[in-house]
Amino acid sequence: MSIDIAQFVLLLVLMASLVVVAGRWLTHVLTTGGDWLPERIGYRLLGINSKAGMDWKAYGLALVLSNAAMLLLGYLILRMQSWLPFDALHRAAQTPDLVFNTAASFITNTNWQSYSGESSLSNFSQMAVITFLMTVSAASGIAGCAAFIRGLAQREARDVGNYWVDFSRIIWRLLLPVCLVLSVVYVWQGMPQTLASAVDATTLEGATQHIVTGPVASLEAIKHIGTNGGGFFGANAAHPFENPTPLTNLLHMLAMFLIPSALTYAFGRMLSRRAQGWAFLAAFIVMFVGFLAVEYPAERAGTPMFASLSVDQTPGALQPGGNMEGKEMRFGIAQTSVFVAVTTAATTGSVNAMHDSLTPVGGMVPLFLMMLNDVFGGVGVGFINLVSFAILTVFLVGMMIGRTPEFLGKKIEAREMKLVMLAVLAHPFCILGFTALAALWPGAASSLGNAGPHGFSELIYAYTSGTANNGSAFGGLNANTPFYNTTIGLAMLLGRYFTLLPMMAVAGSLAVKRTVPESQGTLPTATPLFTVLLIFVIVVVGGLTFLPSLALGPIVEHLSMAAGQFF
Amino acid sequence: MRHSLVRPVLVSAVLFMAVTGIAYPLASTGIATVLFPRQAAGSLVRRGDAVLGSAVLGQDFHTPRYFHPRPSATSDQPYNAASSGASNLGPTSAKLRDTVRDRVAAFRKENSLADNAPVPVDAVTASGSGLDPDISLANAYAQAARVAAARHLSLDEINTLIDRQTQGRQLALLGEPRVNVLALNLALDSAR
Repeated sequence: MSIDIAQFVLLLVLMASLVVVAGRWLTHVLTTGGDWLPERIGYRLLGINSKAGMDWKAYGLALVLSNAAMLLLGYLILRMQSWLPFDALHRAAQTPDLVFNTAASFITNTNWQSYSGESSLSNFSQMAVITFLMTVSAASGIAGCAAFIRGLAQREARDVGNYWVDFSRIIWRLLLPVCLVLSVVYVWQGMPQTLASAVDATTLEGATQHIVTGPVASLEAIKHIGTNGGGFFGANAAHPFENPTPLTNLLHMLAMFLIPSALTYAFGRMLSRRAQGWAFLAAFIVMFVGFLAVEYPAERAGTPMFASLSVDQTPGALQPGGNMEGKEMRFGIAQTSVFVAVTTAATTGSVNAMHDSLTPVGGMVPLFLMMLNDVFGGVGVGFINLVSFAILTVFLVGMMIGRTPEFLGKKIEAREMKLVMLAVLAHPFCILGFTALAALWPGAASSLGNAGPHGFSELIYAYTSGTANNGSAFGGLNANTPFYNTTIGLAMLLGRYFTLLPMMAVAGSLAVKRTVPESQGTLPTATPLFTVLLIFVIVVVGGLTFLPSLALGPIVEHLSMAAGQFF
Repeated sequence: MRHSLVRPVLVSAVLFMAVTGIAYPLASTGIATVLFPRQAAGSLVRRGDAVLGSAVLGQDFHTPRYFHPRPSATSDQPYNAASSGASNLGPTSAKLRDTVRDRVAAFRKENSLADNAPVPVDAVTASGSGLDPDISLANAYAQAARVAAARHLSLDEINTLIDRQTQGRQLALLGEPRVNVLALNLALDSAR
């Protein structure tokens, strides 16, 4: 057990030590003048003036329209897959509803997959659609966050930056160099990176094993750096080709945390409020450790089912023990449970074990992390979500002490609160609304892979994952039907743009305000007290909103399991 | 203003598709193929010209003279490397309970274990990928007597082989100690 704890500590120490390095570089990318050569060429091709600023509306419009064009391009390539190169296996194009779901999924940084990569996508599609959309959706998220931060920093002006410049720089200076290096390290550890589609092997017992390969490492690098999460293969990061060693597992986790944690540092530097950045990072870490402390013991304890069949699930020197259904031996319980927490905290959605086979409590942790959606969160939007809760906290506390709430030197007024509430409520509205619809929709229940309360968990997990732009799944649900493809596709789009756009509007609205000097009545927001209040508000609001639905799924299942009931 | 967006919107989609969707994966492929050609091609294990499998993927073994991997829930056949996947069944699933019960009975029978002997959990549960290349040491030792009998070797010789093929934690810290089944079975074949 102590070696398991040591692995968790190592992850957190490495993550924390990367915050400053990556945060400084991110600040440089977002703030310094001067263009690199490929950027200059790009601006000329795009026909834009890189020196021109944009207000939040122009910035948001450019972001949404360019996302729409990329979604369309991805849609077209996927539909034309059978005419495009690099596919010795002649995999057929996906159906229109599935392609809509896939394109929406990858442009919103969700990476929900209603298909299995190895049987459905050619190597060309894995590169020119999946890898492409993974990179640009991450860049859009970080750019949106940059504009948001500039809005908070701005005084009586409308300029929040230039979308095209942010977008280009994030790709050229941050994502591509990091991913290129990481992909080569991944190959060293045993990931394939080839244009060959498949190899036929003859096993020692004489059977034929048809091994699907492809450009896996380049996809895995951006998948984790960009908190994307869609797998090259159906089994995602549980597949030995996507995650061959415990070291790649650690690198995946560090990659997922890299940008969300660095953004807190960049925020502190860009606003000259370093302490505020650290306070936000502390909130992330405290919540993360809390959830990990629930996840790990739940999986390590194993299940009553195995105990009743006299299966040996005791951890020891000769085996990791615990609930090993759906888990990989090289990761055991420790590397799996921490990965479960990281991937749903950072809303990546990459999985190194099948979440559907987790224990009820072990499955509730990732579900609840996605419902909160702001423990680290996806690149860019996670930070924005955290700030929306910080504004909510300032507002609630301001009401308690009878002062006009202020945040970062700006007065928070009715307009900002309405927009924050829109962003905060769109998330549960989307999750609970679609789950209720699916529970009532004729025929939708036939897609469930498990009976009883676990089946309900599969449903709510799907819409939570879609709305939170996570993308992980309780994989027993057969989501490749027109109903699920369409509704989950809509949940992903609503979940993405109805939190991003209102919060950009908040930033735009704060940008034009005067800065008010701090007074005795100002609630300091960079203190441990405020961090505790912030966590409290996040957990209470999230808990009150979602507890009834959790009670119908994982909580009932846990009680049934303890009572020895099967479905 | 809206009109002026048409060009950057369309050009950026095509430009960055070319850069991030084509140039980047090809550059990575080029570098990886030069530096790590074996891994880039899938860590293939060869005997002469024949490809026996991949060192990082599991493959199915069911004859007594080889060590057996974990159960696999891939579609069509176990260890189908063209269709990775898991059971996705939860701990209150009656189907999973019945499957595990059958696996426990089968594992005891093929390894001549007592009716109440505990069975290592990884030997009766399917992995996440269905392609798990490894088994636990407990699982390997539980199978050692069967393999020794089938190959007319002593239990000591088999146990020594297991010890030699055991992979410790990576960097002495990460992951779990384990045995790669294909590597162990290859070592068995060359021991004879």
